[in-house]
Formats: sequence, structure tokens, C-alpha cells
Amino acid sequence: MIHISDLKANIGETPILKGLSLDIEPGTVHAIMGPNAAGKSTLSKVVAGHEDYDVKSGDITLNGESIMELSAEERAQKGIFMSFQYPVAIPGISTAYFVRTAVNAVRTANGEEEMDAVTFLKTARERMKWVGMDKALLNRPLNVGFSGGEKKRNEIFQLAMLEPQFAILDETDSGLDIDALRTVADGVNKMRDPKRSFLVITHYQRLLDYLKPDVVHVLVDGRIVYTGGFELVHTLEEHGYGWAEEQIKNGEPVCPPGAEA
Amino acid sequence: MSQVQDLPIDQDYKYGFETDVEQDIMPPGLDEDVIRNISAKKGEPEWLTEYRLAAYAAWLEMTEPHWAHLKYTPIDYKAISYFAVPKRVVLDSLDDLDPEIKATFDKLGIPLDEQKMLAGVAVDAVFDSVSVATTFRAKLLEQGVIFMSISEAVHEYPEMVKKYLGSVIPVRDNFFAALNAAVFTDGTFVYIPPGTRCPMELSTYFRINARGTGQFERTLIIADKGSYVSYLEGCTAPMRDENQLHAACVELVALEDAVIKYSTVQNWYPGNKDGVGGIYNFVTKRGKCLGNRSKISWTQVETGSAVTWKYPSCLLIGDDSVGEFYSVAVTNNHQQADTGTKMIHLGKNTKSTIVSKGISAGKSTQSYRGLVQINPKATGARNHTQCDSLLIGDLCGAHTFPTVDVRNNDSQVEHEATTSSIGEDQLFYCRQRGLSEEDAVALIVNGFCKDVFRELPMEFAIEATKLLAVTLEGAVG
Repeated sequence: MIHISDLKANIGETPILKGLSLDIEPGTVHAIMGPNAAGKSTLSKVVAGHEDYDVKSGDITLNGESIMELSAEERAQKGIFMSFQYPVAIPGISTAYFVRTAVNAVRTANGEEEMDAVTFLKTARERMKWVGMDKALLNRPLNVGFSGGEKKRNEIFQLAMLEPQFAILDETDSGLDIDALRTVADGVNKMRDPKRSFLVITHYQRLLDYLKPDVVHVLVDGRIVYTGGFELVHTLEEHGYGWAEEQIKNGEPVCPPGAEA
Repeated sequence: MSQVQDLPIDQDYKYGFETDVEQDIMPPGLDEDVIRNISAKKGEPEWLTEYRLAAYAAWLEMTEPHWAHLKYTPIDYKAISYFAVPKRVVLDSLDDLDPEIKATFDKLGIPLDEQKMLAGVAVDAVFDSVSVATTFRAKLLEQGVIFMSISEAVHEYPEMVKKYLGSVIPVRDNFFAALNAAVFTDGTFVYIPPGTRCPMELSTYFRINARGTGQFERTLIIADKGSYVSYLEGCTAPMRDENQLHAACVELVALEDAVIKYSTVQNWYPGNKDGVGGIYNFVTKRGKCLGNRSKISWTQVETGSAVTWKYPSCLLIGDDSVGEFYSVAVTNNHQQADTGTKMIHLGKNTKSTIVSKGISAGKSTQSYRGLVQINPKATGARNHTQCDSLLIGDLCGAHTFPTVDVRNNDSQVEHEATTSSIGEDQLFYCRQRGLSEEDAVALIVNGFCKDVFRELPMEFAIEATKLLAVTLEGAVG
């Protein structure tokens, strides 16, 4: 589904991604873990089409077609969704109006009928329940005065409304208490589908315990240095990333503690 | 003189066409004879001719004000023609109206056939110097509502016009008001009788067509005791490389318990992308809350004009009277706007609200200028001012010049102001959800203006939203 090959990207003169490759098949959940400043958020923004990043080389394809020349909105219309670590507020525009505008922008771009107000409201109410979001928030301006938890629920609610092919969750767990985390994870799990895949970016094990990713990658210094299964999450929780950084520095093959080289 | 079609015109201004209609235009220039001539052509009574001449004498002694934060080429008052009237003006029946003029208003989306009109909106159509049609007059008169051109009112209701004309904006008020009083050619007159709620929205649509002319209209609205009226004005002009002067006066009088809601959607030609051409919009608008518990509410959406100088104000004379000012001003390219309001509290427990939203894009400059004055006898007065500026890009400017003058110890004045820009992160967020950059800007700007748009009558709020999007096209990226 999503295929990233040898991606190199800078912010200004500073290289952030230094040859990152990643393959994500339909129906799978991938997790990316890594130390601060490894390039996790950069990866998500480059995939979503943020223009502040200077892509030097490499390619990203969605279903075999390169998306590198597409604008952020064209990528979104093709079914790439990113749940923001810091969702923005838009004063004066209700959540309902914003989400319906987004849903219909994507539908129109794909030659589909717009969703009418009645269907929208019915669907929205049902999917807000999936993420435990208070339906009163529909009539409040988007993210204005929302708590950290409400903003994150709102991101996953929008994911549920937009039904993307591929969703990146950028640190969706930050700012969520344990109960909220479980509800949000339940919401994501409801969205799992053989045709849809997820890339979950996180520092912590907790969210992944609920989401049970199929594949876990370790991102260090702009590259995927190791890929394993769900068990890798516990190794990283226990040992951190120091071992990987050390092995790279010594020019050794990257191998987590306890795993066979 | 260059031809309209040869100009590097701004295609986004869809009202920029010119109508070819035979007109009676006075030669440029202004002196006592021109004024006597205007007055004679309109068959005016002696007192009005004298009123005009007195205003002209006052104007000659005044100088054009330059305290506003505006830069523009000086106006040559000798080069302006002060009177332009289509030759075929017939006020008896809409059927006799020059078909070209009728077609013009059709093209502007203002059909003058009563059966085709928006339900519940009566229109007075002003073309250059003269009112060419007023719809639903008879129907309104059944309820005692007088809605006609001010030229006709001078003849039909002379006592009322004489009593109120210049009672809110005195002849010597300011340079442009004095000029208007000397040369005003037409405009709208409205009277709502006691206890009557005007059954439809009243509106005037102003169209400048002739080249080398100025438009000087005068509007007078009187709401008698306990009455209510909602009035809306709209305006457009052809695209030209010359700057045309529009110097209007609007006077509102609200008696006891009366409510006047006055909305403006101002869309004069703003000039092209390089700042060539466009209307100079130098307008004096003022309302007098004369009676106790009366209320005057100004709502304006200012998207057009090359230069705007405009401060719709309220004199809160009656006890417990209320003044409101809701404004959205958008400037793009080289447009300049210096706009705001004055709330003069004179009566006890008077209350005013000011909500001003300024949006600057391109190389435009915009200023909010406001005065809140609480006089010694206005005990228990209250004012709340909210003044927000939104910047798009980094070549535009936004300025705020608020003045608060409180002369008693028993009043409450609040002033809040913010300046923000449309953030890259807001745009990226919207685009990530599938919205184009332009749609994202329109959405964010609409959200910013919401507090003002909700004050507009429904269909005009939709119109205003569209206008905003057109004005800001190409403002980002």
C-alpha cells in the first residue's frame, strides 16, 4: 500500500531523514518507536506533504503511484490521513462544519456525492461514541478550549469520518490519561479493516498494548535501524534506545538485547 | 481617455462592466451656479437651494482631512462632474425604465421586477445621481411606511425632510459631509410610523456608471416611536483606471423604543492588482438615538473601494439607548481602509457594543479608529469593544487607534484587541483534511468574521461570505 524508499529530507540545511525505507501492506498496523529527534514527526509530515521539508531524494508511493508531486490536500483526498500531535484551533468554525467540509472536499475530489447534513449528523454522532467524544463538541468551534484529551479524540473522530486508506497517528497517546487512551485505542481498533493500514508513532508501550501492531520499527538518526514484531515493544520499553545508538556508533549490526544476531 | 476594455483589469471583480446609456451630465467643476442648476433641475424648494448654498460656502472654508492613515492622489474637485442622470428616467412605472438600466440591475443580481424579487426585500435603485426605481412602495405605504427617493420626499413630505435633514450630520460636520450637503443628488428616504414593524427588509442599491463623475447620495431614515426597520445597502461600480469619488451621508433618527438596523455590503471597485483605479469611499454615517430605549445597530462588510474613510457612529441621547457597530473590513492588493466608529454616550444607562474585524492581505493597509465618549450625565453607561485584526502574508499592515474618553465615575468601558495571522499550521491542518489552500483561507477568515456575519440578514450573510472569498483570492501562496 505505502512504500517508502531511501527517503532523504532536510529542514533547511539540516538532514533529518537520511535514507528511510518502509513498506506497509494493506490491513496492517505498523509502529515506529525511537528516541527524541530521531525524525519520527518529520516522517509523518513528509508523507502528509508538509512544504517546510526539503525532500532531497527517495520516493513515496501509494498503491504503486508516486505521491511526491502531490500537494497536501491531494494526498488527503487520495486517502492519507494524519492525526496531529498538536491539533490546531479554528475560532468561529464549528467542529461539525469543519468535519463536514473536509468529508465533502474528499468526496468531491473523488467524484462522489456530497454527504448531506442529516446523514452527516447521524454518522458523526455514532462515530463520536467510538472515541468517547461528547457530542456537544460538534457545535463548539474546532478545538477552541478543548482539553488535550478532547483534541486527540477529535482527531480520531475525524479519522473515523474520513475513512482513509492510510492513517498516521503522530503521538496520539500524548496528553491522554489511561482511560482516554483505552477509549481512543478502541476507536482506532474499530477502524481496522483489511484495506486500511496504520502507522503509529509513539514513545510509549501503553498505546501499542491496545493496538497490537503487526510490525514494529526502530527509528534512530533518520533511518529505520531494526524491524521486529510486537515483542520488540517490550524490549524497547525495558532497554530504551541506547543499545542501538551504541551499536551504530561502533559500526556493529543492530541487534536488540536478548535477540539473536 | 483609455477604454475600459483595454485596462489591465482585475477579472475577479465581476461587477466591473459599464452600461452604455444616454446621460445628461453636467460639465465638470463646482460653483454656486452648478449648485443652483442641480437644485433647479430637481425642481427643489427655495429652502433646500439655500441649504445647499450655505453648505457650499462652509465647504469652501474647510480643508480636506488628512489625519487618517491613508495615502492617495489628491482629488481635483474641479475635474468631477457633480450631476449625471440617465436621459430616460421615468419614475411612474417600472415598465418605462430604460431597458439598459434594468438590464444592468438584472446583471448585478438586483431584478427590479417586483414579482422576481427576493421575497420580503424592497429595493430603491440609485444609478449615478438619481434614483431610478423603488419597488414595493405601494405595498409598504399600506402600513404607513414611506420608502422613496429623497428627491421625491422633498416634494411629498417637505416638512419631515426639512426637520431631519442635517439634524444628525450638520452641514459643517466635516469636509466631505459639507460637500455632500451642497451637491447631493439622490438617495433614499424612509419613515416608519409609530408602533410599526416594517414588514420587509428595505434596501438601496447604489451603482456608479458614468465616467468622470462622483456619487453623492443622501439617505435619511426616521423610525418613529416603537417602530422597527432593517435596512441594507449594496454598491458596485465599473472597473476604470480613474479614481472616482463617492461621498455619501447617511442620517438615522430613532425615537422612543425604536430600532434601526442598518447593514452595508460595500463592494465598490477596489482598483486593480497594482493599485490603479478604484473608488474613493469617503462616507459620513451617523445615527441619533433620540428617544429613550431606542437602538441603532450598524453592520458593515467592507470589501471594495481603493480607499475607505468611514466611521458609522451613534449619538446615544435617550436614556437606556443602545448603539452597536459590527464591522468586517477586508483589504487586499493596494487597498487602504481607515474605518471604525464613534459611540457618544449622553443619556443615562446607555450601552454600546463595538465588534471590529479587520483582515489585511497583499500590500494593503488597514486601520481601526474608534472613539468611545462617556459624557458627565451618562451615568451607568457601558461599552464593550472587541477589535481583532487578521493578517495574511507579511506585506500588509494593521493599525488600531482607539480613543476612550470617560467623563464620569459611574461607567464601565472594556476594550479588547488582538492581532493574529493565519498560521501555516492552521493551513496545513486544513489541507491535510482535504481542503484546498484557498478554501482553507476562506474557512479561517469566515470563522474570524462570524460574530459580525451573524448580525446580517440571512441571504446577505451568504453573499458576504462569497464576497470575502473573492476578495481574498490569490492572497496566499
